[in-house]
Formats: sequence, C-alpha cells, structure tokens
Amino acid sequence: MSEDRIPEINSFFRLQWEEAQNSFVLLYPEGMVKLSQSAGEILKRINGKSSVQDIISDLQSAFPDVDLTSDVITFINQATENGWLNR
Amino acid sequence: MVGSTANLSGMPLWLLAELTYRCPLQCPYCSNPLEIASYKNELGTDDWLKVLREARKLGAMQLGLSGGEPLVRKDLELIVKEGADLGYYSNLITSGVGMDEERVVALKEAGLDHIQISFQASDKELNDFLGGTSSFQHKLDMARAVKANNYPMVLNIVIHRQNIDHIEDILKMTVELKADYVELASTQYYGWSALNVDSLLPSREQLERAESIAHAYQDQHRNKMKILYVVPDYYETRPKACMNGWGSVFLTIAPDGRALPCHAAASIPDIEFPNVKDRSINYIWNDSDAFNKFRGFGWMKDPCRTCPEKEKDFGGCRCQAFKLTGDATNADPVCSKSPHHQQLSDKVARLQDVHQLQGAPIVFRNMSNSKLLSDNSD
Repeated sequence: MSEDRIPEINSFFRLQWEEAQNSFVLLYPEGMVKLSQSAGEILKRINGKSSVQDIISDLQSAFPDVDLTSDVITFINQATENGWLNR
Repeated sequence: MVGSTANLSGMPLWLLAELTYRCPLQCPYCSNPLEIASYKNELGTDDWLKVLREARKLGAMQLGLSGGEPLVRKDLELIVKEGADLGYYSNLITSGVGMDEERVVALKEAGLDHIQISFQASDKELNDFLGGTSSFQHKLDMARAVKANNYPMVLNIVIHRQNIDHIEDILKMTVELKADYVELASTQYYGWSALNVDSLLPSREQLERAESIAHAYQDQHRNKMKILYVVPDYYETRPKACMNGWGSVFLTIAPDGRALPCHAAASIPDIEFPNVKDRSINYIWNDSDAFNKFRGFGWMKDPCRTCPEKEKDFGGCRCQAFKLTGDATNADPVCSKSPHHQQLSDKVARLQDVHQLQGAPIVFRNMSNSKLLSDNSD
C-alpha cells in the first residue's frame, strides 16, 4: 500500500464515540464493533482527505514516544480487508 | 429471584421496537404471537420517544424498528428522528409495503441509517402467494429506491420448504438489486411458523442442496455482498446462543408496551412481563423479575448446569425449550445432550417426505385467523 493513499470509511459503517463503552464503535446494519483505543485513534483521523502519510504524522505528534508507521499500515490493510474502508 | 446476579447483566445494546402488529402481509412463517388480534392498545408516539431516550441512557446503540409492518405507523418519521438525535444506529425492518419513494427520502432526512426489505421469493407468483398480497413488483421498486437514496440495503428472505428450492434465483435477484447484505434466514419455529411447521421445515436433502448453492455465492461475491445463511436449528446438535443469553443484550418492546427479553418471550406462561407504561427501562432491565428470570446460569438444571459449553450457548432458547418440552428451564431440545432431543429428531424425521407433505394446509397470519385461533383456545 502506498502512503499516498487517501483512505475512506465505507459508507456502510458509521464511526461513533460511545460514552457508555468508553470507546469508539463502528455501527452497521444490525451490528457493531467495539474498537480498541489505537483502532479508534486511527479511524477517527480517516476523513477522506488525509493521506496515510498525513495520518501517520498526526498520530506521531500525538504519541511521540513510539514509531507507529508499521502499526498504522497494518491496521489500514486489515480494516480494508474487513470492509471498513473502501478498497 | 431465580438465577439473577446484577453484575452479570450487561447493557441492552439492542433495542427492538415492535411498533405495531398490524401488517398488510400474511406470511405463514411469521414469528409474531398468534394473539396479534388481541393487542389493542398500541403505545403512542410519546411513549416510544420515552422508551428510546431511556434505553439510550442505559447504553443501547442499535435500534430496530419492526412489527408487524412499522410503516403502518404514521409517526414513524418522528420516532426515527428522535432515534437519530439520540445517536442510535437505526434499522427499519420492513416488507416495503406502505413505502413510496417520497417516504424513503423523508426517512433519510429524519436520519434513518439502514433499510432491510423482506422478500418472500424471487418470483411474483410465489412471493405474492406467501405474503398473501400482491406486493412483488412494489418490493422490487422499493429496493431500487432504497439503493438510489444511498442507504445500506439488507435483503432478508425467510427460507423454508416452500421457497428453498428457488434459492439460486433468490440469490440472483439479490445480486441484481445490488444488496449490500443478504440474510437467508431459515424459518425459526415460533408463533405462526410453529403452527405451520409441517409445511415449512425443509428436508435434509433440500437443505444440503441450498447450502451448497449459498456457499458458492458467498465465495463468488465475497467482496461486494455479504451473504448470511442461517441453517434451521432443528437440524443441529447444539443450540443457538439465543439472544446471547436472556437479558444480556436484547430488549424488545411489544406494540402494547410489554418489555420482553426476546420477541417470542411472551409465549412462556407464568412470567409477568413489565410494561413501559408503568415502569422505567432502568427498572425493567436491571430489577424486574422477568429480565432476571433466566439471566446468568443459576436457573439451569442438568444437563446445562454442569455443561462445559453453557457459557457458549446459554442452554439455547428458553421459548423453544418451553414450546417443545413444556418447561422453559429445560435444555433446548436442539441439543443432543437434552433428554428431549430424540423426540425432536423423530419429529424432523417424520417431516422428511416432502412430497407426502406438499398438501399440508397453511395457516396465514392475519387478524381473522388470530381471532379464530384464540376463540378455539377459550
């Protein structure tokens, strides 16, 4: 995957912060996925405008202590495979 | 209270609002109760808005708007709007009858997230026979309108002896209509479908053929359309994890305001289900005897009580246990560990000869049959 790619959430899914779960969730017809903190942090930065590189830089400034590049790329590939992101 | 420990109860993540039992269709596989004609006092708009607010406060995220046919309710758009404002993901579960393009648009504007349309079959003749009304062409038109208005679309087809041999044509139709998600839901035997089980349960041979076709479509359309095929549990040897456990994530509100842990629960006698007109959702979910009755594991008898799989399937379905054994605390007889399993297997074996049973009478789900049935039981 190129870091120039601009990922987009599949319109089948809705990302939402859920206070009661203390996490982000993905909602879709008759179902839901509770997201881990890191998945939530990545997905909330996917807005159809930012490239993968932009998302990595933004996360890196929020969490400067670790190199996140490979984690973000792995997650985006997996989320695409899951159908959460448009191919 | 039997089997209750407050800390086992999670949140009612799923709120199913059965807005009405009125329906223009008469499907003989309906899982509504037989007593639909005796439900006179439907909740009003304000009652529903209160239910939505209170359940959301307890953590509900998914809102199912169902029935009967929810489009019969003139205040559906208002209810949808409140759901959207509260942050629910809303699902309209409809036959498509009572819909027009204007309403598809109005519901979108009100904030509806998703529409599920049911088909009875993939051709006009069988679809209209099973639904008891001429609706096939209208359903096709409405499915196209749903897609044209950018909703995710689920097509639901309840599968049974009368339509299972058409499964390939059914799947072709769903591909043509560009469904995002297809539910091939084998009939479960509650309410009207239990009455019609002799005409509805497919044979093992029918089932195996249908399964292989469904799996081929699943592989072929993997990236475009998800196909869920639920096999009839009468053919299984372990029960379904019904509702993920009683009072665990599901909260159904019947048209008259009775709160139920699943939509068939009212079929179990001797449980007094609380009504949202009298009680808060918080009380109903956390404190009522009805919701604590089969919550957790304390209510179980053997073989469930000592079964290593109890945390996986929760002993199966309470309604089915009652229906087939007369005691809701028994193991679901689908389970091969149940002492009643053999009886169920014998019943299934008797229903294998499709040709011999072809002429079995079908009782359609409508108000006059409901009245007749309740008169007979008096």
